[in-house]
Amino acid sequence: MMDQLPALQVMLPMVAAPLIVIIRHPFWSWLIATLISVCACWVSWLMLQQVVDGSIIRYAIGGWEAPTGIEFYVDRANAGVALLVSGLSSVVLVYAYHSIKRTVDTSKHYLFYAGWLLCLTGLIGMVITGDAFNVFVFLEISSLSTYMLIAFGSDRQALVASFRYLVMGSVGASFILIGIGFLYAATGTLNMVDLAARIPDTESPRAVLVAFSFLTVGLMIKAAVFPLHGWLLNAYHHAPIAVTAFLAGTATKVSLYILVRMFFSIFGDEYSFGYLLLNWVLLPSAIAAFVTMSLVAIYQTDLRRMLAYSSVAQIGYILAGISLATQQGLTAAVVHMFNHGMVKATLFMAVGCVLYRAGHAHIPSLERMMSRMPFTTTAFILSGLGLIGVPLTVGFVSKFTLINALMEKGWWPAVVMILASSVMATAYIGRVVYLMLFREARESSASGEGYQEVPLLMLVPMYALLALGLYFGLFGSQTLGIASGAAESLLGGYQ
Amino acid sequence: MDVLGLFNYWVVVILMMAGLYILIARYNLIKKMIGLSLFQTSIFYLYITIGTVDGGTAPILVDDPSVVYSNPLPHVLILTAIVVGVATTAVGLALSVRIYEAYNTIEEDEIRAANAEEQDI
Repeated sequence: MMDQLPALQVMLPMVAAPLIVIIRHPFWSWLIATLISVCACWVSWLMLQQVVDGSIIRYAIGGWEAPTGIEFYVDRANAGVALLVSGLSSVVLVYAYHSIKRTVDTSKHYLFYAGWLLCLTGLIGMVITGDAFNVFVFLEISSLSTYMLIAFGSDRQALVASFRYLVMGSVGASFILIGIGFLYAATGTLNMVDLAARIPDTESPRAVLVAFSFLTVGLMIKAAVFPLHGWLLNAYHHAPIAVTAFLAGTATKVSLYILVRMFFSIFGDEYSFGYLLLNWVLLPSAIAAFVTMSLVAIYQTDLRRMLAYSSVAQIGYILAGISLATQQGLTAAVVHMFNHGMVKATLFMAVGCVLYRAGHAHIPSLERMMSRMPFTTTAFILSGLGLIGVPLTVGFVSKFTLINALMEKGWWPAVVMILASSVMATAYIGRVVYLMLFREARESSASGEGYQEVPLLMLVPMYALLALGLYFGLFGSQTLGIASGAAESLLGGYQ
Repeated sequence: MDVLGLFNYWVVVILMMAGLYILIARYNLIKKMIGLSLFQTSIFYLYITIGTVDGGTAPILVDDPSVVYSNPLPHVLILTAIVVGVATTAVGLALSVRIYEAYNTIEEDEIRAANAEEQDI
């Protein structure tokens, strides 16, 4: 049983998805999806326990040993990411029950939850697979179901957002496919460990270079790195809010993880950063992301859109950590992946609660939220502080590590930019908090009768995630320990 | 280098660029899907070309050790990618149908205009 954990991790949601389609009952499909997701989370927790000391699980699918067969390769880095994905999926699924009732027709609930599980399958599969082509297959499983989930959004713009994501996402995935093809042509293998071993003495370095470029651009599209983030804004804005909370915490993070895996483990940091000078591509785009996107976020009138812009900015921080190519920089990137995943999911869940009662997320109309929905507002403010990076919150832990790593390298201008963008984050979160706490309701607004708090099933998961965030903010050394272990595994390449 | 010997790769490049151009330059959603399919098909060609071995036959095992086979692995891989391509096209076309129902048009500029109007209200 313990030997089969990596396979179970992917099989559970994959088998449950068609089961849900057969059952077709809205409540039961929700329950099955949630239970399966919790099981997957438990499995990834067990897996993390096995590898946290630095050991590696290599699981040969069907008994075909690598490099002939396909294998799952689990180490500290990807077991952690798998836990993040399955954990967030479980929490948000519990939350989704009431939230989805508002936006999706009851007769389509079973399709929604089946799509969710397929998306989870794809994301976990991408993370733990050790085969380059398998990454593409799982990527498409998750992307196709994501297009479907986004199209479930309540207004018609969700359809356009989904179509746009489909076009950009497919181009990105096709680029990845081309890259994998060239890698195979140059080395004759698809296994990642084998690729890492064979790339240095390939006979066709140009094919490897082409593969590297295509893979980088393709993954940057999927990860919504700054100039290629166009699909993200509308998709996050118009998707059902539970989907946004799930995707914001996981989908881009998984692509970033694959990007890191590729830079450091497959091609090696000497090739990516020493020979190709990738940090001169990544760092400018990272800085541009967190400065311009934070600035744009200040002027948004819709809460969801504001947070979507802030997501692109936060991806910039992660990318800045990656571009350092040092142990500490990578630690900062990994820890920020986790922290931002938790914080952004909580924030979007809080926005979902506002949407559930108020029916809109128009920022200027959110005055006096504190007296109308005290619990939701408190959760929003606390995780908002985490997003800004106030001391004692998770955001502080990761930003502090990142700034330390940048100073170690002596990149002072980047440090100044991070501080500037933190000030902007204070502005866009602070503006909302001010409205929620202090501004008097306008006479003209018809919503004077006041809202009630949302159902308990929405509040509990939100507060669970918030508590986890606060815990990791106070005891940051724990996540930092795991993250630095993960960074070590990534930098060390494949053994 | 023999330019004509790379005939297959020229086809790949031309198809790929044509597909990308249609994808970027056309506003009609169906035409966009056509461009996307063309783009993906060019990648299938690329994989199949990579698998070819000079003088190789179909990879079916025969008793003669002097027979040279083509590499079957890229062909198998591309079968998966073809299925993925079909699924993507299906989802894209389904979305276009829904968009047509919601907006009464599948021209992207008209959709954008309708969205802008909505935001003004």
